[in-house]
Amino acid sequence: MTLQNILSLLIWLPILGGVLVLLIGDGGDATSARAGAMRWFALGVSLLIAVLSIPLYTGFDTATASMQFVERVPWVERFNVFYYLGVDGLSAPLILLTTFITPLVVIAGWRVIEKRSAQYFAAFLILEGLMIGVFTALDAMLFYVFWEAMLVPMFLIIGIWGGERRIYATIKFFLYTFLGSVFMLVSLIYLYTKSGSYDLLAFHDLSIGMSAQTLIFLSFLAAFAVKVPMWPVHTWLPDAHVEAPTGGSVVLAAIMLKMGGYGFVRLSLPITPDASGSLSMLMIGLSLVGVVYIGFVALVQTDMKKLIAYSSIAHMGFVTLGLFLYWPIIAHGGGDAGASLGVTGAMVQMISHGVVSGAMFLCVGVVYDRMHSRAIADYGGVVNTMPKFAAFMVLFAMANAGLPGTSGFVGEFMVILAAFKSQFWIAFLAATTLILGASYTLWMVKRVLFGDVANDRVAALTDINGREFLVLGILAVAVLAIGIWPQPLVEMMQTSVDALVEHIGRSKL
Amino acid sequence: MPFIIPDFLPALPEMVLLGALCVVLVADLFVSDERRVVTYWLAMAALLATIVAVFQASPEARQLTFSGSYVSDSLSTVLKFASTLCLGLVFVYSRDYLMREGLRKGEFYLLSLFGLLGIFVMISANSLLTLYLGLEMLSLSLYALVAFDRDSKLCAEAAMKYFVLGAIASGTFLYGVSLIYGVTGTIQLDGLSAALIMRGSDDIALWFGLAFLVVGIAFKFGAVPFHMWLPDVYQGARTPITLYLGSLSKIASFALAARILIDGLPALHEQWHQMLMVLAILSLALGNIVAIAQTNIKRMLAYSTISHVGFILLGFFAGSSEGYQAALFYTLTYAFTAAGAFGVVVLISRTGADAEDLTDFRGLAMRSPWFAAMMACFMLGMAGIPPWVGFWAKLHVIQAVLDAGRLAGDASVIYTGVAITMVVFSVIGAFYYLRVLKYMYFDDATDEHPVVAAADMRLALSANGLAVLGFGIAPGGLLALCAFVIG
Repeated sequence: MTLQNILSLLIWLPILGGVLVLLIGDGGDATSARAGAMRWFALGVSLLIAVLSIPLYTGFDTATASMQFVERVPWVERFNVFYYLGVDGLSAPLILLTTFITPLVVIAGWRVIEKRSAQYFAAFLILEGLMIGVFTALDAMLFYVFWEAMLVPMFLIIGIWGGERRIYATIKFFLYTFLGSVFMLVSLIYLYTKSGSYDLLAFHDLSIGMSAQTLIFLSFLAAFAVKVPMWPVHTWLPDAHVEAPTGGSVVLAAIMLKMGGYGFVRLSLPITPDASGSLSMLMIGLSLVGVVYIGFVALVQTDMKKLIAYSSIAHMGFVTLGLFLYWPIIAHGGGDAGASLGVTGAMVQMISHGVVSGAMFLCVGVVYDRMHSRAIADYGGVVNTMPKFAAFMVLFAMANAGLPGTSGFVGEFMVILAAFKSQFWIAFLAATTLILGASYTLWMVKRVLFGDVANDRVAALTDINGREFLVLGILAVAVLAIGIWPQPLVEMMQTSVDALVEHIGRSKL
Repeated sequence: MPFIIPDFLPALPEMVLLGALCVVLVADLFVSDERRVVTYWLAMAALLATIVAVFQASPEARQLTFSGSYVSDSLSTVLKFASTLCLGLVFVYSRDYLMREGLRKGEFYLLSLFGLLGIFVMISANSLLTLYLGLEMLSLSLYALVAFDRDSKLCAEAAMKYFVLGAIASGTFLYGVSLIYGVTGTIQLDGLSAALIMRGSDDIALWFGLAFLVVGIAFKFGAVPFHMWLPDVYQGARTPITLYLGSLSKIASFALAARILIDGLPALHEQWHQMLMVLAILSLALGNIVAIAQTNIKRMLAYSTISHVGFILLGFFAGSSEGYQAALFYTLTYAFTAAGAFGVVVLISRTGADAEDLTDFRGLAMRSPWFAAMMACFMLGMAGIPPWVGFWAKLHVIQAVLDAGRLAGDASVIYTGVAITMVVFSVIGAFYYLRVLKYMYFDDATDEHPVVAAADMRLALSANGLAVLGFGIAPGGLLALCAFVIG
């Protein structure tokens, strides 16, 4: 099979599949045979994509930092916009994460979605294609088109299948992220007027003055900080997460947040390295506030989904921390190797958080489907009625708290290790997450799972069925695999990370 | 001076349209109200003949005729084609509505065609008086069309407002023409631009004349602060007329602005580009913010039009050929997006009551998922979300403005500021477009009946909606066309 157009296939097959599902529909009845066929079709497409993405791993050349699987054809000649795709070690793992999570999301929504089910699955398929598009686009305009288009299916997912305050949450989500990204658009156009094309790689080599770099960096920050999200522009996330249906929360946490981190490594750092350097302490400060303050905020949540949402913000703080540690590390003589440890840690943290937070949201989804409550106070002693579920949930909670042997440990440990090569206080504050993360996660687990059976509804719970077991089982394997043997993942990104670190080191003034 | 028989060929589309119009006029006299649909088909045939004539007469190079007061160039071909197509959509969208509402008057088609003739004359004008002639022909048809439902108080009020304010604007425009003529001694646009280069533009009377012309343009576009008529007229007129105003009128306004500012007064760019900036920023701000407060869909779309006018004017503001291309691209795509949006409003209006309230869109996705999807396309297209075509229109304008800023030296910060203002107001604007989506997709329907539409209407609306999406995915051809027309 040819590997030539593999990226286009990964983008357009799910989108076409989604459109097809949308056109056929479920005939207005989620229990009808037609709706069932659509479910199977959606699952088939998402599995096909997962299989098709395997060559991305097996055929990936870890020895080079240049773009692979490249496709480049003119798209809008008037503006010199190209349909330009390619992956390197920074984007390939994120694509694999996307193709891995989507089938699980489809399975998780199997019997749960009772209204307009065909549209639900169609939205997720289209979303998958658009997300892969964001990770593969090497033309700034193509990137922006995927980046924005993605908001529409997510807007509908939260708004149609969400909870009580879904309309408030979804409009807030849309406008917040839209406002952030239009500033990025202005910067991209500015770069276009300077360079004459929208080629991202050409932007990397463009020399830009310091004041322009600072403005561009801040506009990128507006787009990516909202997406990550960083404190203080994180407030859309708890709302969106809480109100979104389980599948929506999983995709949001597992993949969409990663786009912010990806934006930093693909645009901010290489295009504006000098401005990133001069503002690195600001970024580190915001990240640490995210890690510490949001950790405390998570501690006091009474709603399970909200708690995990806040823990996501804290974990993503590690990603931005690891990326911007470059400058303090270099300043303290840590060298490129130390800096590259921080960036690699941030990348691993993104993948790991994708798997772990997705699993946590699925766990909440499992009990929510049975009890229709997310309040921690409504639960207690679930382990007595759902032992298999409890085992999974404890595992994922441990991973969320960063227990060695799980994926959550690897990224956090690398970032903390890198932080020690910079300043003690940065490392100290970052390391508090080991305590805070354990506190809020395990305390929640204790209150939900352990103790006496809290009420009749908990007593009436039934343990997970085969479908749920399958989904959580696959995620558990992934969590342990990355935790015990992260080598393949690190190897995949290492060359690109080193190249990025070397690129950041060169001034563009 | 010997009498020279002018070359009539460049004006072929106008002559065909006028001839066809007379046929419709006479034939309509013999058609009873029940069989008024015959007039509809005749009017459609007239449009078809006109389109053929537009292509027949499309010139290789720029042609002048009627002693240089009439021009036929590729811009006129494109604009005439677009406005004829747009009127075709208006007819298709409104036929069943008019039948149902008991407005079975042939005058609707006749006045619309007369208006189109006016638009044609404006598009091809190469003299300020020809422009004025076309402007009045369009305006008078529109005044009558707005008052078309003669028993409705609302229509009468809207028509009265439109007429009085329109008359003042026409007077202002004419006064500007007279000042410009007084200074330069010519009303021909070509001659004007040459004369200004000869004598320079440093003349206070000239600037006064320019200001009055810009007021006339701003009034036709509905730019703030000359927008007062627009929401009331949009709301008061019957929806098919609003559809006409919202789509075709914009093409006419673009022609008016392009002929005067680009063809006639490029030498005064320094002066008019500042005026346009103020008008545009005010339009963006007021249009987008006030639209949020509207509960009436027609009124909301009226304010949204005002904000889009801001974008079109900023294309002119950039003052480069790229900026003019952006304004043309924006006008064309907006006209068809607006036509589709008002088409849906016409479609879902019930007997006896227009779809006035936003709440009428409640649950449309459950009642008629396809029409809801089309409306979503129009709304997202207007909001400028990629991959819908509105995104490229906005991108084009912002790009032109930033590019002009790059060449402006110290003033570049103004251009950057303008670009940021544009994107910020786009975000504010996105809110009210999303609200329509919210009503359609998130709320439950109060009325479970699916929306019924004739086959040709369904087809036209679908083509319109898919075009808004399709030109967003592959905008290359249309962009290249705009670049070719304004080289």
